[in-house]
Amino acid sequence: MIPRSVDNSNGPLRGRTRRAVLLEHFDTSGTLRYALLGALLVLLLVLPSLLGTNYLIRVAVQAGFYIILALGLNIVVGYCGLLDLGYVAFYAIGAYTYAFLASPHFGLHLPFWAILPLAAAFPAVLGVILGTPTLRLRGDYLAIVTLGFGEMIRLLLNNMDRVTNGPKGISNIDPISLAGYELRSPRQFYYLVLFFVVVFVLAISRLVYSRVGRAWAAVREDEEAARAMGLNTHSLKLRAFASGAAFAGVAGCLFAGFQGFASPESFTFGESVIIFCMITLGGMGSIPGVIVGAVTLVVLPEILRPIAEYRMLIYGLLLIVMMVTRPQGLWPSRQRSRELLERGEA
Amino acid sequence: MEIFAQQLVNGLVLGSLYALVALGYTMVYGLLQLFNFAHGDLFMAGGYIAVFILSALGTTLASPGIVVFVVVALAFLAAGAGSALLGLATERFAYRPIANAPRIAQLISVLGVSIVLQNVAMLVGGRRNRVFPTLFPEGKFALGDVQITYIQVFIIAASLILMVGLYLFVNRTLFGKTILATRENYDAARLMGIDVRRVVQLTFVLGPALGGLAGVMFGMYYGTVFFTMGFVSGIKAFTAAVVGGIGSITGAMLGGLLLGLLESFGAGYLSKLTGGLMGPEYRDIFAFAVLIAVLVFKPSGLLGERVARRA
Repeated sequence: MIPRSVDNSNGPLRGRTRRAVLLEHFDTSGTLRYALLGALLVLLLVLPSLLGTNYLIRVAVQAGFYIILALGLNIVVGYCGLLDLGYVAFYAIGAYTYAFLASPHFGLHLPFWAILPLAAAFPAVLGVILGTPTLRLRGDYLAIVTLGFGEMIRLLLNNMDRVTNGPKGISNIDPISLAGYELRSPRQFYYLVLFFVVVFVLAISRLVYSRVGRAWAAVREDEEAARAMGLNTHSLKLRAFASGAAFAGVAGCLFAGFQGFASPESFTFGESVIIFCMITLGGMGSIPGVIVGAVTLVVLPEILRPIAEYRMLIYGLLLIVMMVTRPQGLWPSRQRSRELLERGEA
Repeated sequence: MEIFAQQLVNGLVLGSLYALVALGYTMVYGLLQLFNFAHGDLFMAGGYIAVFILSALGTTLASPGIVVFVVVALAFLAAGAGSALLGLATERFAYRPIANAPRIAQLISVLGVSIVLQNVAMLVGGRRNRVFPTLFPEGKFALGDVQITYIQVFIIAASLILMVGLYLFVNRTLFGKTILATRENYDAARLMGIDVRRVVQLTFVLGPALGGLAGVMFGMYYGTVFFTMGFVSGIKAFTAAVVGGIGSITGAMLGGLLLGLLESFGAGYLSKLTGGLMGPEYRDIFAFAVLIAVLVFKPSGLLGERVARRA
């Protein structure tokens, strides 16, 4: 047993750091919490004006995409404890769904609101199809299957030239238009992404404490025990997998509408790794943690442009160092951090 | 028929390489139930080490035969030793500190090692493919209609020797048998006085050493190394280990050969079978499909006794 900064005595601080106790205090004092959240929302609403340049607003939009992706992967990995390394495949499917249905490629120009449900549903259905047989497997087998699946999707997009236009990808994708109003500037887009982020954060924070959310935690902590308690663990895992996939699909749809093009090279294994790093850095299973992780890993490379070459190297080291020293992440959820710090039987 | 025999030889070569790499996955997995993500990149590291040494020495085929022989042998030794050292470092810094942590943490940690190795190779060796110097006599001989190059013979023979050597080491020597004992029952082995930490280190050395040698042979065969070669080859070698039955050493050898043959025949016949719809470029997709199919329908593999769901 390696001594940790966590107090293991049976005193009033048992199992919690001082900081955790402080946070808990913040959590319980409702008014302050809502005041802080309100202030944050106001800040986010005026952020484009504060940022000023289009370049910075674009970075903020990127951060928004990654927050959605990380929130989705967090459902799979953080809440349900499933190791999905091919997550980016669902992002790709969402993006190509929009690209196929709203571009000159097939001559289809469906409206955004018609495509959005499809872009969420396709990846979810595919997630169910892939997950039905594979989610019965042990965790690390699942990691490999999803990794193989992610690569398969990318290779298919790359090779099926007649359908996907191969490595060149699909360009001239329609900009997203809302009620006849086309979103063309990053600033307009920022508010659309912000809207989705807020909706998803609210939905997930309700979901965690719902029956399904608590069941997910049970599956993650001890699958056998969860089954013994009468939970249908397989269907629960499928639901987590499919919800995560749907999130990625929505992010992909927004991404394609924002970029105006979609090509296989945006959806490499490296992307999956980056999203993975985000939730690992921030803290698996914690919504604020995941958001902090996503924003950090989007903003950091922009600041570190001069040493961009070393970016992935730094991410790799980050993963190792985090796992060895602080597996619960920077801003952990209290429950998840207790689990990750639990030593001995794994 | 001609194509068949030719693809058979190609498949055997490819399969030998997969088998060598698969051994590393299967040994670590058998012992720790950990998928060592970094293993494919240790294979890549072997290829890179050889390229650096060979280009630094600047030997060419024109040099006297004995010099070429010594230089190539040196490259092999250095690659094997280098990969083994990196494997040991992986164990020391990315696995041992969290040996008791949940497996998800261990997986993420070795995934980190994999990313680090790839990027170090990219930063040191450049983004583009590195040419592997030709230092092997390029001759070939004909066996009926089939052309077999010397290098193919060499790879098949060398892999065979290495695999038989490993098999004998594990099954016949006392030190090797400690691996089997620890795999069988970790706690019981420790109670019998086996230094299980040594055993874990040993598997993290043996596997990567074989992988590193395979990396050199891969470079010789294809005439090039690249920093992402460990990723795809690694997944395929893992597939081979799963097909053979993860944890089983003979299974990994068998699975490797099988996957190599499958892929080679796939590349040869895929476009014929599908009427030109799928060309040889679909063979990677093919390999992943095999992996998913095996994991779904027979996760214990050909020779594996263990059930997939063993906790």
